[in-house]
Amino acid sequence: MIHRQKIDALIVGGGPAGLAAALQLYRCGIRDLLIVERERQLGGILRQCIHDGFGLTQFGETLSGPEYAGRFIDEVKRLGIPFVTNTTVLSIAAPEGSGPSFRIVTTASPEGLKEYAAKAVILAMGCRERTRGALAIPGERPTGVFTAGVAQAYINLYNRMPAREAVILGSGDIGMIMARRLTLEGAHVQGVYEVMPYAAGLPRNIEQCLHDYDIPLHLSHTVTDIHGGSRLTGVTVSRVDEDLQPIPGTEQYIPCDTLILSVGLIPENELSLEAGVELDPRTRGALVDEHFMTSVEGIFSAGNVLHVHDLADYVSEEATRLADAASAYIAGDPLPSCTLYVLCGDGTGHVVPQRISGRTDFRLSLRVNRPMEDCRITLRQNGREILSRHLRKALPAEMITLDIPSRILSADGDLTVSVEKEVQS
Amino acid sequence: MNNSVYDVLIIGGGVVGSACARELSRWSLKIGVLEKNLDVCFETSGRNTGVCHGGFAYDPGSLKARLCVEGNRMMGQLAEELGFSFRRCGKVLVGNTDEEYEQLLKVKAQGETNGASGLRMVDEQELHRLVPSVVGKFALFSENSGILDPFMFTVALAENAVQNGAEYFFDNEVTGIERGEDGLWTVETIHALFRSRWVINAAGLGCGRISDMLGITGYRIIGSKDDYIILDRRMGPLVPMPIYTVPSNTYMGIHVSLTTDGNVLLGPTAEETDDLSYYGVARHNLDYLYEEAVKIWPHVDRGDYIRTYCGILPKWIDENGKIGDFKIEIRDDIAPRAVNLVGIESPGLTASVAIARYVIAMMRERETFEVNSSFDPVRPRMPRFAELPPEEQARLIEEDPDWGEVICRCEKVTRAEILRAIHSPLDCTTMAGVKYRTRSMMGRCQGGYCQMRIARMLEDEKGIRPEELVYMRRDGHPFFGTVRDGETSAAPVSGTAHGGEPISAPVSGTVHGGDPAPVPATEAAADTTGGAS
Repeated sequence: MIHRQKIDALIVGGGPAGLAAALQLYRCGIRDLLIVERERQLGGILRQCIHDGFGLTQFGETLSGPEYAGRFIDEVKRLGIPFVTNTTVLSIAAPEGSGPSFRIVTTASPEGLKEYAAKAVILAMGCRERTRGALAIPGERPTGVFTAGVAQAYINLYNRMPAREAVILGSGDIGMIMARRLTLEGAHVQGVYEVMPYAAGLPRNIEQCLHDYDIPLHLSHTVTDIHGGSRLTGVTVSRVDEDLQPIPGTEQYIPCDTLILSVGLIPENELSLEAGVELDPRTRGALVDEHFMTSVEGIFSAGNVLHVHDLADYVSEEATRLADAASAYIAGDPLPSCTLYVLCGDGTGHVVPQRISGRTDFRLSLRVNRPMEDCRITLRQNGREILSRHLRKALPAEMITLDIPSRILSADGDLTVSVEKEVQS
Repeated sequence: MNNSVYDVLIIGGGVVGSACARELSRWSLKIGVLEKNLDVCFETSGRNTGVCHGGFAYDPGSLKARLCVEGNRMMGQLAEELGFSFRRCGKVLVGNTDEEYEQLLKVKAQGETNGASGLRMVDEQELHRLVPSVVGKFALFSENSGILDPFMFTVALAENAVQNGAEYFFDNEVTGIERGEDGLWTVETIHALFRSRWVINAAGLGCGRISDMLGITGYRIIGSKDDYIILDRRMGPLVPMPIYTVPSNTYMGIHVSLTTDGNVLLGPTAEETDDLSYYGVARHNLDYLYEEAVKIWPHVDRGDYIRTYCGILPKWIDENGKIGDFKIEIRDDIAPRAVNLVGIESPGLTASVAIARYVIAMMRERETFEVNSSFDPVRPRMPRFAELPPEEQARLIEEDPDWGEVICRCEKVTRAEILRAIHSPLDCTTMAGVKYRTRSMMGRCQGGYCQMRIARMLEDEKGIRPEELVYMRRDGHPFFGTVRDGETSAAPVSGTAHGGEPISAPVSGTVHGGDPAPVPATEAAADTTGGAS
C-alpha cells in the first residue's frame, strides 16, 4: 500500500519559480506545503548559472545564479518550509470517483513511492532546451554536439571540458553566455550563427559575452551540415534567405570539434499534459487565467514552465503573484471567474494570462513577434482602445509586462493586445 | 596470441552473429565473437525499423522468404525466453489504385506460397478500424507481422550467449584471416590473434571484406542507406501497427511505423551507396520523408521530431546485377570450416535466429557437436520502472533505493536500471550502450537532463578517465578532460538526499585499446580466458 498524505499545496520544482511560490504561500499563511525537487539540491537551473546579472529587480544588486537561488533557499530553510530533493513527480492525476477537489500527485525517491492529495498543485518545472533532433539539422551524428545548457552543466557542475574549438548555433542567452564561458576556460569560439535577421538573446549579453570577447555574431546564417564519424570535425554554415532557407552557393566549411546549440527553450509540460492541462500553442505553456490557474481546477503554473522568461527575477515575481492567488484558493476564498479572453493581435507573439475576469487588476506579460522601433502597444476591449503606450524599442528577446488596472476594464468583452509601428501624423 | 583455440569464432556481433553465438552455445563449443565496435548492434542491427516481417515480400523459394517465415514464427517464444519487447501487432500495406490492388493480391499469393499465414485483404472500412489515422482505400493486412526492440533483441541474444559460455571481444576489428597447415584458422584483429577450428563470417556491412579474407572472393556488396525520422511518443497511439505502401520485392517503400516504446518512425529512404560508414542524413531526404509519409499518415508535424538516424543494409549484387538472396555457404573446396554469410540485409533481423539454426545445420552436416547440457535459454528481462504498476515500483524501491532515483526524466529511467545496464553480462562501457539498454537519453529532451549523470556513472563504475569516456564510436569522446585539476564535483551521482554525499573519485585505468592481449568483453568469461600473447 502506497502511503497517501493530504496537503494544501504541492510545488513541483525547486527552482526560482518554485522557491518564490513557496515563500509567498508561507507568508500568506499556508503552512501545509511541500516543494518537490528532482535534483539533489534546490535551485534548479540557477545552480549551473554561475555568471552574474541575477537579482537586479528582486534585490537591487547583481548576483550569480547560485547566489540568487541561495537567498531564496536560505529563507526557505529559515522558515522551515518543507522540501524534498532527489524526488521525481511521476504523475499528477484527478482522484478516483467524485469527491472533494484535490489532485493526486505521485512521487518517487529512494525513500519510496508516495502519494499526495493536494488542494493546490503548483507547476514550476521550468523549461528544457530544443535539441538538434527537434530541429532536424542534417549531417552526421558525431560526438561534440551539445545544447548550451548541457555544455554549461558539464563545465560548471561536472568539471568536464566538452570543447576546444567551438561554433555556436543560435543566439539565445545561454548560447552567448557559453561563448564567453568557453573562452574563459581556454576554448576558442569561432562565432555565433543565428538564422533570424536579429539576435534571440538580450542586448546586454551580445555586449558582455560576444563583443567584449571579439566573438562575431553572424545573423541570417544557419548550420546546414555536420561532419565527423566519431568526434565532430567541422560544420557547414550557409546564409539563409528571407524565408530562412539556406542559399545555395553560400556554404562555408568551418573546422571545429564542438557545436553548441542555443536554439530555443521549450516549457517542460509533459506532467501538465498528463494531468489534462490545456496548453497554449504560442507559449507551449499552460493556458492560465489571471490567478495563474490552468484549465484544470487547483493546478497553477508560473515561471518558465508557463512561458519562457528573459530574466530569473521575473520568474520569481510571477511565482509570487501565483502564490497570492493560490493561497486564496486554498483558503477557500472564491476567485473571480475568468471568462474573458486575452488575444494576440498584430505584432504580438504571445500573451499571459490568456483569460481574465475583467474585475481585478492583473499583470500582462507579452512578447513581440519581431523587432520594432518607435512602436505602440495597444489594448482594446470590444474594439475600444483602453490602454496605449509608446515603446521606443521592442525586441522578441525581451519580455514586456504591463500592469492593467481593473478600472479600465469592462466585465465583458475579450481583450486584444497589439504592438504596431507608430503612425506618423 | 590468445593461446586458447576456439571451436568457433564469429566475426561480427550484430544480430546475426549474436544469434549464431546464442544458438551455438546450445552445444559444447568454445565460442568467441569478434566485434569491431565497442558494443553489439552499433551498425545495421541497431539501425532499422525494428519490424518483424511476415515473409510475403520475398521471392518464393528464396532463403529470405524461408528464413523470414521461420524467424517470424519463433519470435514470440524468443521474446519470452530472452526478455525483449516484441508485439505481434500486425501490419498494413495500404493502396489506392486498381494496379495497387492487383499488386497486393500478388504479394498475398506470394506470401502464401512462402508459408506466411494470416494475410488478408481489408476494405477501407476495416482498414480504418485497424488504423483509424491512415489514408488509403484498401490494404493487405498481415496479422503475424509485428514490431520488436532491435537493440534489446541483439543485446539479449548476446547476453544469453555469454551466460552460456560464449566470449565477446569488442574493439577487435579483423585485419586478416589465414588457414594454417593444421587446418586451424588464425584471425588477426587490431589487438590480437585468435585461433579457431571454425569461422563464421557474420560481418554485416563487412561481409565482402571478410569473405575476401577467407579466400571466397568476388562478392559485390553495395549499401542501401536508409534515413529515418523519429517522432515523439505522444503520436504513438495514432500508429497501432506499421503502415506500409505497396512494395516491390526489393524495396518496401516509405513507411510509418512505431517502436515498441511507442515512438513513431518515418522512413526509410533506401539510397544506393558505396560508403558503408557514412551515417549522415541529408536535408533533402528529411523533406522527402515528410512529403511521402504525410500521404499515408497525415499527422506528421515537424514539432514532434525528436531525432533522425540512418542505417545501411549490405546488399549482395548477384551475377545478374540484381540484389541477391541471402548467401549462406560453406566452401569446402576453398575455405573448409568457414561459414560465409553474404548480403544479410532485411529481413535479417526477423530471420536472425532462423539463419543461425540454418548455419548450425550446415556445420553439423560436417561435424558432430556435443550437446551443452547446462544450456539455459532464458535471459531474464530487466524490469523497466516506467512500465510497472505503482505497487511494483514501490516494492522495488523498498528492495533497492536506487529504483527510486529517476535519472532520465522523459523516459522515467531509474538509477538502478542504469547501473544494471553498466554491469550487465556484456561489457557496456559507452553512453550509447547505456542508452540502448535503458531508453535513457532517448526521450524528447535527448539527454538534456540525464546525460551528465550517466556520463559520470559510467566513469565512476568503470573507472574510465573523463577524456577516455566514449559516446559510441571508438574516438567519439565527449570530453577533452577536466576543466580544473583535481576531481571536485558539485554534482556527485552517488549518495543520499539532503547533502553530505560522498564524492567518489574515479579510478584511473583504461578499458579499451592499446592492450595487446584481448580483453574479453564478457565479464563472466574473464577468468577462463588466457590473456598472454
